[in-house]
Amino acid sequence: MIFTIAGKELKALFASPLAWVVLTVMQIILGYAFLRQLDDFLQMQPRLFQMTSPPGVTELVAAPTFGNAVVVLLFAVPLLAMRLVAEERRNQTMVFLMSAPVSITDIVLGKFLGLAAFLLLIIALIVLMPLALAGGTRLDYGLLASLTAGLVLLAASFAAVSLYVSCLTAHPMAAAIGAFSLLLAMLLMGETAGDSLRARGWHVPAALVQVLSPLKNFAPLGKGLVDTYAIACSILLTAVFLVLAIRRLDATRLRG
Amino acid sequence: MPSQETATTIAARGLTRNFGNYTAVDHIDLELKRGEVLGFLGPNGAGKTTTMQMLTGNLAPSGGAISICGIDLLDQPAAAKAKIGYLPETPPLYRELNVNEYLLLAAKLHRVPKAARREAIEVAKQRCGLSEVGKKLIGTLSKGFQQRVGIAQAIVHDPDVVILDEPTIGLDPNQIREIRSLIRELGGKHSVILSTHILPEVEALCDRVQILHHGSLVYGDTIGALKEFHSGRTVLLGLRRPPAREVLAAVPGIAQVETLSTTMFRLQFAAGEDPTDQLARGAVENGWGLYQLAPAQTSLEDVFVHLTQREENN
Repeated sequence: MIFTIAGKELKALFASPLAWVVLTVMQIILGYAFLRQLDDFLQMQPRLFQMTSPPGVTELVAAPTFGNAVVVLLFAVPLLAMRLVAEERRNQTMVFLMSAPVSITDIVLGKFLGLAAFLLLIIALIVLMPLALAGGTRLDYGLLASLTAGLVLLAASFAAVSLYVSCLTAHPMAAAIGAFSLLLAMLLMGETAGDSLRARGWHVPAALVQVLSPLKNFAPLGKGLVDTYAIACSILLTAVFLVLAIRRLDATRLRG
Repeated sequence: MPSQETATTIAARGLTRNFGNYTAVDHIDLELKRGEVLGFLGPNGAGKTTTMQMLTGNLAPSGGAISICGIDLLDQPAAAKAKIGYLPETPPLYRELNVNEYLLLAAKLHRVPKAARREAIEVAKQRCGLSEVGKKLIGTLSKGFQQRVGIAQAIVHDPDVVILDEPTIGLDPNQIREIRSLIRELGGKHSVILSTHILPEVEALCDRVQILHHGSLVYGDTIGALKEFHSGRTVLLGLRRPPAREVLAAVPGIAQVETLSTTMFRLQFAAGEDPTDQLARGAVENGWGLYQLAPAQTSLEDVFVHLTQREENN
């Protein structure tokens, strides 16, 4: 059932112009940034030769590209996720799923997986760019794999947060802006808010701050460091918002 | 989905739904037998849609129990929902899918076995007159066809109960006819709950009627009994030179006089009286110019208005 719903979401995404616009714009922006990075790298090369252990092309070209991808995902995921529930509510098609013999958990997980599959496609397109250099140079595949894993986890948590916000309203645009604001707040303030609350004498558990800071969890993987604590926190963030989404949808059935 | 033949397909007891302090549905009992078409009537805001949402598991009741073919909807929602097909007021259509894709999705979600899906979709399309438009996008279909697609998704898994919320709204007369004959056909095999404002539709289609008003059932019986329910008879009286209304009202046995036009009156007899004779004699003796004296058909509409407005006056 979950995969039926996931398949339906994926099909609906590709049937709408939104997915294609997102893919196109994303590819143009990231492709341009990637080529700029590559250009800089080529100009820097004579100086890099003089260093004893110079950073490689993966570190100098691929890593910044993934950093840019985070920013693009921050815009793209809320836009893609607003359709999942808010738009179905506005079009009054949510009844179709709610009347079917499927649980709310199946609906939420199916929608999440549908969006995740689309995001994996986006990430695959991003990974292809540094991979295209493999013919001309030696790549650090370990770092590339860890960057990819980091981006996948980050995209999953963005998707879960945006899906939850999409469950809060029947206005797709409000869902998109709400999800974007929440993600931005988490990225910008995840750490500083914890610090400033602590400065006022509040007890804020470090683990909570860590879970709610997607960038902090992405950072170690972005440097090729497989930090299981950060990975666990990232997965936890995704799981928490999926559970919240399930509870939220169930509440609409209970409260009307 | 062939299932064990239970005689009662829907049984709801004491169904209640509150929204805050407002009680939208108040202790409704509902029972539906296999092969029966139940008309669900009521003015706007009477709680019809809320009741249907509860019966289909879209809304949790505040109180009461629902069982579908003997399966408790609240305990085993998935098993119970598999036996229901629901067409809400607004058909839940994905405009970006074509008819075949959409019905395939509906069949998958309702657990139609893989081997039976193609057949189930063909049958549903054929019954709803959609065979020609299978490859068209739902968004490009006319409203009538979209409504049919809505019905097709409700019957594709061959459910025991089909619940239709105002299925003929916004259709042209020909389409209404087709949908009605489809509903009549459905009634043979499935149980159908039909919510509507269109009273002739109920008279033409339903075996039984339940009238809902302010969240409570005010009436529930067969169509035949409903017509007899309206106590006393009425006649239509046409007079070319009518006397004052009071003169007519003064005829013994007349309970009420309603002026339809300058020459037409609707007279309601008091219970157990039949003053047709006196009326005819009076017309001849006083030269009222009698040109029509006919029993008025008691329509469902009269009963409906009577029941829902009586409530208001109390």
